[in-house]
Amino acid sequence: MSEITAVTQENSAPPHPLKEFWKYFSENKGAVVGLYVILIAVFLAVFADYIAPHNPFDQYRDALLQPPSWMAGGSSKFFLGTDDVGRDILSRLIYGARLSLFVGVIVVTLSLAAGIVFGVTAGYFGGIYEILIMRFMDIILALPSLLMALAIVAILGPSLQNAILSIAVVVLPHYVRLTRASILSEKNKDYVTASRVCGSGPFRMMFAVLLPNCMAPLIVQATLGFSTAILDAAALGFLGMGAQPPTPEWGAMLANALQFVQRAWWVVTFPGLAILITVLAFNLAGDGLRDALDPKMKR
Amino acid sequence: MNEKTIIKARNLKKYYTIKDGMIFKTSSTLKALDGASFSIKPGETFSVVGESGCGKSTLARLITMIERPTFGDFEVDGINAVTSDPEAMKALRERVQIVFQDPYGSLNPRKKVGAILEEPLLINTQLNAAERREKALAIMEKVGLRKEQYSRYPHMFSGGQRQRIAVARALMLNPSLVVADEPVSALDVSVQAQVLNLLMDLQDEMNLAYLFISHDLSVVQLISNHVMVMYLGRPVEQGEKDIIFGNPIHPYTRALLAATPHVDGKDRTKRIILTGEIPSPLNPPSGCTFHKRCVHMTDICKETAPEFRSVAERMVSCHHAEKFS
Repeated sequence: MSEITAVTQENSAPPHPLKEFWKYFSENKGAVVGLYVILIAVFLAVFADYIAPHNPFDQYRDALLQPPSWMAGGSSKFFLGTDDVGRDILSRLIYGARLSLFVGVIVVTLSLAAGIVFGVTAGYFGGIYEILIMRFMDIILALPSLLMALAIVAILGPSLQNAILSIAVVVLPHYVRLTRASILSEKNKDYVTASRVCGSGPFRMMFAVLLPNCMAPLIVQATLGFSTAILDAAALGFLGMGAQPPTPEWGAMLANALQFVQRAWWVVTFPGLAILITVLAFNLAGDGLRDALDPKMKR
Repeated sequence: MNEKTIIKARNLKKYYTIKDGMIFKTSSTLKALDGASFSIKPGETFSVVGESGCGKSTLARLITMIERPTFGDFEVDGINAVTSDPEAMKALRERVQIVFQDPYGSLNPRKKVGAILEEPLLINTQLNAAERREKALAIMEKVGLRKEQYSRYPHMFSGGQRQRIAVARALMLNPSLVVADEPVSALDVSVQAQVLNLLMDLQDEMNLAYLFISHDLSVVQLISNHVMVMYLGRPVEQGEKDIIFGNPIHPYTRALLAATPHVDGKDRTKRIILTGEIPSPLNPPSGCTFHKRCVHMTDICKETAPEFRSVAERMVSCHHAEKFS
């Protein structure tokens, strides 16, 4: 027992990696702000049922296109006003955060997982297998991403699930290329050879030895990928290929209210702002993460 | 005990094919290692010396079974390590371990020392976590690391300590041969001595054999039993240490030995300065590969490659060997 305590005490002497990471991350004020915005968005999404003043689907027929509460004609009942069928915009935005973050999580998880598998195996095995995978990824990259996503959704049929799937396919090449590049730079290092000399099989080499040393750029890409996914999902929703009405998805909200932009600016502005702020927050946090995880930036 | 040999290499060769050109592909053969034969007994140190690019590290990669030789074969503990089936090969891999030159690149930066040391056990044995930990701690003590360093990351150590960790990892599976690929050339001189002493102590304790690769002749002279001098992928002189160091025959060996700095005034020999670069192994000179830099070069050296033959108790490949002995 005394031995174990001695070990933990020794451990606490050098700064914990997380603590060190936070030191570098917190130097970037924008990144910290971004992180707080993300945390708020997550909080709103998780507790939407308790925070949102109204049900996002309830239509208040007596309050169609009501302006925000601080304007003439607005009421304190609908803080950000209502849309063309009398639904509370604030509540729809709060529930929309749930959808947008959900899209981000699923897209990033899918493309990161697939990207790691393809990238690691391509980088490790090389040869014709690598050429096949990388050229296929080049083909995906050669097509405009939104067009490609649109085409996939058009084939599968418009729905949120299909939008998620298509976005995951479109962003996949970034992860594959990044993973492969890291693997290529790591795989000739001595510690990898040492692991092989003591008998590691290919599976162990790829996922237990190489992958942990390739994670830093992937974490950054995944964070930045969140914003791309949210943006693409909103774009697909806007074009009618993503979430279908009456789902409170930010992009779809924008699209449905477009015809009222002249006389009711709030129906378009607030979903647009929600998208802007969330995407900006993820980009800022991602940038901060990149700086914090890059060993070359450390003093 | 001494009758047994751990490694018996016969005419090992490793050729690489280099492809060049975009449309008209030309391929040329790089003879990284062109025929090396030797044997190592338990408790012995066999040193390989030579300039950069002479095939020392290729030899290390062949012996540790990272790569397969193009020609020739070798035996580990009497079992052929080139033609055996994969199962037997896996068992042989445990017998030969390696210590790399750069202690900063050879330890996985994401793993704690304990995990690095236990990896060989995890892969090759059925020991449980507690037993593995016990073994790792035992080895750590042997190489002069403290118990509490078990759960630290490699970046918290100095170069010398890292090399101790690397040595400890090589010993985890109780190998009979450790290939040491320039294990001290990345370290400070004072730390070099510590690591060398450690290697020597471990050799006595565990009856280890070393295949010691180095370009530092003073280190080689200190620790080896046998020496092989290589030039451009070929051994040029090979034999017992005292014989080679006492009376070098090949002009290249003599130049190398003369280039080693001596503190002692009386030991100082006349410098032999080699001119020119080491030739490209892609396009080695005709005849004796050393003839372009050799001061004793004659016509025969340009035309025919000298045989690797026995002269004055050692093997040497020089047409004029008898003249120098």
